[in-house]
Amino acid sequence: MLSVLGTLPFFLYIGVFLLLPIGVLAVEAFRATDPVTFEETWSTGSITAITGGPYRRAYLGSLQLSAITAVLSAVLGLALAMAILRARRGRLLRRLVLTASGVLANFGGVPLAFAFLATIGGQGVVTAFLTDTLGIGLGGFTLQSMTGLAVVYLYFLIPLMVLTIVPALEALRPQWREAADNLGATGWQYWRHVGGPVLLPPVLGATMLLFASAFAAYATAKALVGSSVPLVTLQIADALSSNVVVGAENLGKALALGMVLLVGVVMVFYAWVQKRTQRWLT
Amino acid sequence: MTALAESVANAGGVAPGTPVRPSRRRGAGAWRIAVLLALGTYFLVPIGASIWYTVRDRADGGVTGRVYGAIPGAAGFAEAFGRSLLLAGLTVVLALLLMVPTVVLVELRLPRLRTAVELLTLAPLVLPPIALVVGVRSVLAWAPDYFYGTPVAEAMFALQRPALPWILVLVYVVLALPFVYRALDAGVRGSDLRTLTEAARNLGASWPRVLGSVVLPVLRTSVLNAAFLTVALVLGEFTVASILGFETFPTWIVRISGSQAQLSVAVSVLSLVVTWLLLLLISTLDRRRGPKESS
Repeated sequence: MLSVLGTLPFFLYIGVFLLLPIGVLAVEAFRATDPVTFEETWSTGSITAITGGPYRRAYLGSLQLSAITAVLSAVLGLALAMAILRARRGRLLRRLVLTASGVLANFGGVPLAFAFLATIGGQGVVTAFLTDTLGIGLGGFTLQSMTGLAVVYLYFLIPLMVLTIVPALEALRPQWREAADNLGATGWQYWRHVGGPVLLPPVLGATMLLFASAFAAYATAKALVGSSVPLVTLQIADALSSNVVVGAENLGKALALGMVLLVGVVMVFYAWVQKRTQRWLT
Repeated sequence: MTALAESVANAGGVAPGTPVRPSRRRGAGAWRIAVLLALGTYFLVPIGASIWYTVRDRADGGVTGRVYGAIPGAAGFAEAFGRSLLLAGLTVVLALLLMVPTVVLVELRLPRLRTAVELLTLAPLVLPPIALVVGVRSVLAWAPDYFYGTPVAEAMFALQRPALPWILVLVYVVLALPFVYRALDAGVRGSDLRTLTEAARNLGASWPRVLGSVVLPVLRTSVLNAAFLTVALVLGEFTVASILGFETFPTWIVRISGSQAQLSVAVSVLSLVVTWLLLLLISTLDRRRGPKESS
């Protein structure tokens, strides 16, 4: 009984600083402030508003950007992880890549945005080199676009993929490959029937994590593009900082609630896929 | 969720190396080299370009460290960076005070609660911080709206003093929970804490004594690991500080970037170096703690 009391601070803390704010979002997203009398009423106005117009575009933009970057960085990160693990004399290389991944996965946000601005931004070093020295320019590429953001997001998503997937790759026992080889399996057959199915759940889990990271990313986007690209995080910040429009605050809450719900839906889908893919493993 | 939980175990940390079957076919290495070259270029060019951007001298084309020399004296830097450091320290202390007893209790006495604690601590990993902070802002808005003139409102205002915004510490603890929990949990699981504490209890040690002389020494590297990851997180955190309107190190960088582009890039390079040093420290500690715990 005493030990249950000992965990009380933890549950209280989670209740006040995690569950309460989210719960408040869920309630206050349905409140509306009358622009004339400033009276508060129940309303689905904010919720309806965010399903259309620029807000709908922002949701779609965020979902698209995070899905594309998550899948791309999952593939590239997996390739990189396999490349360093299969290296014959790659002990040093492996250490180097893993340490660098640890650093770069934590190097998101503002500094990353400025590093890229200094590289391929308007005044960037590589931009200058390509334009002045080679005379080819960036071919219409600009950092202040969806493509530009995707290029920057990969910079912290690929290392995150490497970090999360290396333990799973290491769990693939060499004996399985040997057994498959001895039974006459080709490389493709091994990956199709043994390696692939074993790796699928962790790869899906890691991709989910990447998706959530990209979906929630705000700092990088804010520092890079201000609010010229339709992203829901940027729209939330805009709504909150607007002192002019009455009810913008409630709109921000509705947008945030929408994000939570979307992440929730993706998590439920993930749990379902996970259950299906893991069924034969047990 | 469990696979996600496990896959997160190494996020931010440095994975231990284990021997893996060497490649058998000689010709199969081409794709490896291609992958390594392409990604190597992608990852190294922005770092190299940023450094070049900050050290080149636009006047005579030479190299200068002037921009880096100007960082300590830049207006607002000392204040913002000092505040971020202080927030990081407070977040580490509070997160550990909260999580060490919880993790130890769950492991020793309440294994039934493990799933609940795990799910709750990992939730901030997928929950967008911006959604959390909008919720926090709504709660803080209650102070003038509903509690005005009461001690509750006073307390909520006290949390939001610009000089030392405690509310940031409280929210950062939530954001740091996944990393702190994973680090501590790995330490607890790898050390056979149950046997050790039972031995200590049988020898007549009191619970406080067990905590101080057995549990904490065993968890020392995990605690340090958790602390460093938390510091890295707080020093780079922008979303919460910016939405709640406080100036920390990252929001300061964004504020000055408009007028001093070179300085903002130089500070970004420095913050990469700081992150790298912090994680190098973790990896050194990881290697020192031996093969049994690093599983």
